[in-house]
Amino acid sequence: MACQGLAKGETTNTLKAESESLKAKLEEERAKLHDVELHQVAEKIDALGQFVMKTRRTLKGHGNKVLCMDWCRDKRRIVSSSQDGKVIVWDAYTTNKEHAVTMPCTWVMACAYAPSGCAVACGGLDNKCSVYPLSLDKNENLAAKKKSVAMHTNYLSSCSFTNSDMQILTSSGDGTCALWDVESGQLLQSFHGHSADVLSLDLAPSETGNTFVSGGCDKKANVWDMRSGQNVQSFETHESDINNVKYYPSGDAFATGSDDATCRLYDLRADREVAIYSKDSIIFGASSVDFSLSGRLLFAGYNDYTINVWDVLKGTRVAILFGHENRVSTVRVSPDGTAFCSGSWDNTLRIWA
Amino acid sequence: MLLWCNCFMIFVDLYFIFLLCFCSYMVSKMSSKMVGSNNLAHARRMVQQLRVEASIERIKVSKASADLMRYCGENAKYDPLLTGIPASENPFKDKKPCIIL
Repeated sequence: MACQGLAKGETTNTLKAESESLKAKLEEERAKLHDVELHQVAEKIDALGQFVMKTRRTLKGHGNKVLCMDWCRDKRRIVSSSQDGKVIVWDAYTTNKEHAVTMPCTWVMACAYAPSGCAVACGGLDNKCSVYPLSLDKNENLAAKKKSVAMHTNYLSSCSFTNSDMQILTSSGDGTCALWDVESGQLLQSFHGHSADVLSLDLAPSETGNTFVSGGCDKKANVWDMRSGQNVQSFETHESDINNVKYYPSGDAFATGSDDATCRLYDLRADREVAIYSKDSIIFGASSVDFSLSGRLLFAGYNDYTINVWDVLKGTRVAILFGHENRVSTVRVSPDGTAFCSGSWDNTLRIWA
Repeated sequence: MLLWCNCFMIFVDLYFIFLLCFCSYMVSKMSSKMVGSNNLAHARRMVQQLRVEASIERIKVSKASADLMRYCGENAKYDPLLTGIPASENPFKDKKPCIIL
């Protein structure tokens, strides 16, 4: 055993040396293609005018912090989850509650609407992702039809249906992401590579796309191939935990929001960070980001109770929205782009347009 | 008698401290061997991963930026939050009241 150890000692060093030289080569290759900054290229387009965005609806009903929300593809319904274990489905036009489920755990950190609009998935401190089929009968007990799909060894931080109701992608505090079959609950693919909790994931927008991006407490954002489980690209420029990742609408780039008070844009084909959205006056972490339909605007919710709207191309802030009375935990633009919804630790959700 | 008891207690304490040190030394030796082989597997994985990442095709930032700008430009007119749509078409904006003559 001791003799094997000595031989291994030699190999570990050569491997370390090789990994250092590969890292240097990677940086060199990336730097070669860094001929210009995005905001320099964007100087020739017109600046955006003044934005007037107001709270149009306030959804009240949660008894505790709202942690996550998702829009239904019908552009009207919203599912939201909170710290007290409640998952509520709302009609955003009328602010009525359509369904309410009480989860057996607190801190339901993830919730997602199925593409068909017939089910919602949620999970949190129970380490599981459960799917609840929604029925038209308001009196039916939704908890009875619950199906446990995913099992992790730590909290569930984020979940998302793929293009159909049949598969769910989850990320967890155990440092892994996983793809599950909803019907059988079987694990189809697991994704290892993060060295700390994975806090967020987002699927590539294309219909045929089979990649997704994840961000975590190891300050890394990783892009994965869903079929092979391979980590195809990795970006590590943030200085603190990455709280949220979101693809650019064309699928060629993605944005991240982090505890280091910046949001950053990474281009997948240039394989590097191309923009940083930050200001000296912003010192609180960004908890959630989302793009408008054209990708020109980036909405970011921060822990200082505000939502900042950034011009993605020029890198400047175009608006700052006040209204929430506690941290903004989640921001999502509606599927048709007419409005966006924000959820906060002040127990409410607000629809802005 | 009391002195003898004190000496004995000191001896017992010293013995336990020695036992503790010896045990933690042995544990650290064993775990460093296990960490040694774990480190090797980890290092191999890292090198493999870096090889994959270093070999991908990249384009220039100027081209990537131009594509992002073009996408924004093409889709700007379909973006209600960017261009603003009249209150009558936005289900969330409050409608102006109708005046019935």
